[in-house]
Amino acid sequence: MIGQSRSRTVVAHLVMIVGILIVAFPIYYTFVASTLTLREILRPPLPLLPGGEFFHNYYAALFGGIGRIGGVGVDRLLINSTIMALGIAVGKIAISILSAYAIVFFRFPLRMFFFWTIFITLMLPVEVRILPTYKVMVDLNLIDTYTGLILPLIASATATLLFRQFFMTIPAELLEAARVDGAGPWRFFKDILLPLSRTNIAALFVILFIYGWTQYLWPLLVTNSNDMNTIVIGLRKMISFADADTEWHLVMVTCMLAILPPVLVVVLMQRWFVRGLVETEK
Amino acid sequence: MTARGTFPHRLLPYLLLAPQLAITLVFFYWPAAQALYQSLLREDPFGLKSRFVGLANFRRVLSEPSYLNSLEVTVIFSVATAVSAMAIALLLATMADKIVKGRGLYRTLMIWPYAVAPAIAGMLWLFLFNPTMGTFAYMLRSTGYNWDPLLNGNQAMVLIIAAAAWKQISYNFLFFVAGLQSIPRTLIEAAAIDGAGETKRFWTIVFPLLAPITFFLLVINTTYAFFDTFGIIHAVTGGGPGKATETLVYKVYNDGFVNLQLGSSAAQSVILMIIVIALTAVQFRYVEKRVHYG
Amino acid sequence: MATVELKNVRKTYPGGFEAVKGVSIDIADGALCVLVGPSGCGKSTLLRMIAGLETITAGDISIDGKVVNAIGPAERDIAMVFQNYALYPHMKVYDNMAYGLRNRGMARDEIDRRVNETAKILELSSLLQRRPRELSGGQRQRVAMGRAIVRSPKVFLFDEPLSNLDAKLRGQMRVEIKNLQRSLGVTSVYVTHDQLEAMTLADKLVVMNAGMVEQVGAPLDVYEKPASTFVASFIGAPPMNLLPVTANGTGLAFADGSAVAGNGFAGGKAAQIGFRPEDVVVGQGDGGLLLDFQTIAVEPVGAESFLHGNAAGSPVIMRVSGRASARPGDSIPISVPEAKLHAFDAAGKRIEPSHT
Repeated sequence: MIGQSRSRTVVAHLVMIVGILIVAFPIYYTFVASTLTLREILRPPLPLLPGGEFFHNYYAALFGGIGRIGGVGVDRLLINSTIMALGIAVGKIAISILSAYAIVFFRFPLRMFFFWTIFITLMLPVEVRILPTYKVMVDLNLIDTYTGLILPLIASATATLLFRQFFMTIPAELLEAARVDGAGPWRFFKDILLPLSRTNIAALFVILFIYGWTQYLWPLLVTNSNDMNTIVIGLRKMISFADADTEWHLVMVTCMLAILPPVLVVVLMQRWFVRGLVETEK
Repeated sequence: MTARGTFPHRLLPYLLLAPQLAITLVFFYWPAAQALYQSLLREDPFGLKSRFVGLANFRRVLSEPSYLNSLEVTVIFSVATAVSAMAIALLLATMADKIVKGRGLYRTLMIWPYAVAPAIAGMLWLFLFNPTMGTFAYMLRSTGYNWDPLLNGNQAMVLIIAAAAWKQISYNFLFFVAGLQSIPRTLIEAAAIDGAGETKRFWTIVFPLLAPITFFLLVINTTYAFFDTFGIIHAVTGGGPGKATETLVYKVYNDGFVNLQLGSSAAQSVILMIIVIALTAVQFRYVEKRVHYG
Repeated sequence: MATVELKNVRKTYPGGFEAVKGVSIDIADGALCVLVGPSGCGKSTLLRMIAGLETITAGDISIDGKVVNAIGPAERDIAMVFQNYALYPHMKVYDNMAYGLRNRGMARDEIDRRVNETAKILELSSLLQRRPRELSGGQRQRVAMGRAIVRSPKVFLFDEPLSNLDAKLRGQMRVEIKNLQRSLGVTSVYVTHDQLEAMTLADKLVVMNAGMVEQVGAPLDVYEKPASTFVASFIGAPPMNLLPVTANGTGLAFADGSAVAGNGFAGGKAAQIGFRPEDVVVGQGDGGLLLDFQTIAVEPVGAESFLHGNAAGSPVIMRVSGRASARPGDSIPISVPEAKLHAFDAAGKRIEPSHT
């Protein structure tokens, strides 16, 4: 390691702090706004420190029944987002690990054909096929259902590819040892493959949970009724700059509530997430 | 020679693959085929009949001034977003690499925006910069600058670029930090012994060695700016003012769902697919190269 | 405990490659049979076919008198020790050993008793709560053995189990495996490419080449009477010296044209004459084959020395005990006693030399 002068380290710290201020400021400022009264928010500039309305605003938004968007409470929106994010994360992990298992640990006719069939979907993100996919949803009566929110987003090649890559690093002898030890496909999967994949599963869970939580275009399309909205969509519907009676302090609270769950997931599961992210995308 | 380490079962693998294949067929291939098919048809104004028009939709789309406008918007938006998000991330990662104490804390603070939905990122920035009540808008105006992104197209563009780049900094930061850590210390030391100063070391040793990661991030950031930023635009500008911030994806949505021009929207989808395929191909060449570099 | 019989066993891969071309071996109850050969000779494939990990294209494999061709590995009642140990990385040593027993639905206290007993034999008792990555190479090897032993199967299968260990540990473990196998008396099949390992371990040695058995026999019989030039040069280090010869009307001549001179040795239809480096005698000796040895290099290794050189136009290695006084360039008269000479025909097959 090359010795560094003290001043350079100080500069590095300073730049980092400025960087973090930029990165964290919009979120922090929203938090500040969520603790102010409506009147204070409407009179810029806002103070740099939180105000005294924290409990009042959060209570009002969560239980007061006023933070309703089209008659739906914030709790309902949060539940919808949670179901969607969890559904996508769990569903995607489940179907991908199974298909990767089939592709790596079995030999059968058309194996590579199926692999490519899945692989090519990398090139078809939801955004480029929205209209026809929407039509499929209408035909299958999946508008305004959780199934409709979740199902089209859970088949993706990335998770399958990640598991496949990981499975291919498992030595053939391990499976052979298990077979000699009397383990069939199910036991091998449950006793050996799943425990060995723990880190990968955790990392994917974080990435997919966030993917699900932050979805916008898809929930916008497949939900018509307000009580199927996700928190992100609900929030968008709350905001109107033209409308004088937008309750900005409650919007800010909702905003914080929409940001908090995925941020918590990322920060708490940081180690797996970082490893998973850097590995998945390569 | 043979498949070692596999189970001899014949039927089971098909069952294991079935869920993913079923979903893939219903929600990927069927709609993609529909898009292709639709792009060759044109519906009458009442949506009652449609007829085969060959490539006419594509011809029309590609000669439409509004499509060319949104292509231009997309390119400006994507390049600006990718470059600023990457430049800031690289600067911060280089600084973080020099810091021993507190690196973990900085990382924790840096990764927040990754978890924020693009649409919410847009709303946060709009909250700070909207002309009626935004604190920064207020400060800009008090310096005499006429700031109104809801009326001024260029300012609207700057705002969505800022929001989009802001959200992507954390992602790039994580990759640049990983990349910097994988550069062998001995190389830097050798350069120092050769008399290269810190700035010179960065541009002659570190930056070239980061090239593969930089290139990878460029592809990822471009894809992000193309597709994942729909929420930002929808929440902040709605493609406006005028059509100043209408990107390609936004236009597909707008023409298909708001204006109900099915053939045109489908043709645009197909063009987008071609762009994704090109981007994926580029990405794959990169992956291949990485393998060679070991 | 059981016998293992292979009857004309063949393995052809879908691509058409024949890995095993008709192998028949009988292994007696409690014997340790070593399959040895260069890589790609089909020995591992054969072992994996006995294990049930590879399908059998033709022929029969019987364990304990019962044909097991169509039976899966778990039902064959065999246990296998793998080259890379194949320990389950996420399981403790105890669970690694217990896993196979649990899958067979054995009672908990019986599993416990067996694991502890096996751990004691292998001196693993203090390591039972560790995970494989916390163990040294030798310890992992022991756990792999333990996983096999704890099952008390009918047959042990070893797939180059020592090749990942360093030379010293390998020597140690070789002795240990031999003793264990003896005391447990379990029929074993052991695959290795190391001829020294094969020689020291085997009750029955099977030398394989290109998917076929070259020779089967007790190790010393194979060493003393190699059935082919392949066996002759594969078993023994340094390998047997092989000198090509041709018939010259009256007798045989070496590559350089000189007649095969000696008292009363006639190789018959020999195409090659062989002798082991340690059977060379410096000087005229008491007859047999007489040669002139041109020294090229001398390798003293302590208790003995190897002399590399040429004789009768072919490279020859000889071994002398202690230190050799010869120097490179020296010409030494040597002889090989008649009884120590081997002859092989044009196809490389052994011919019993006719002594006159």
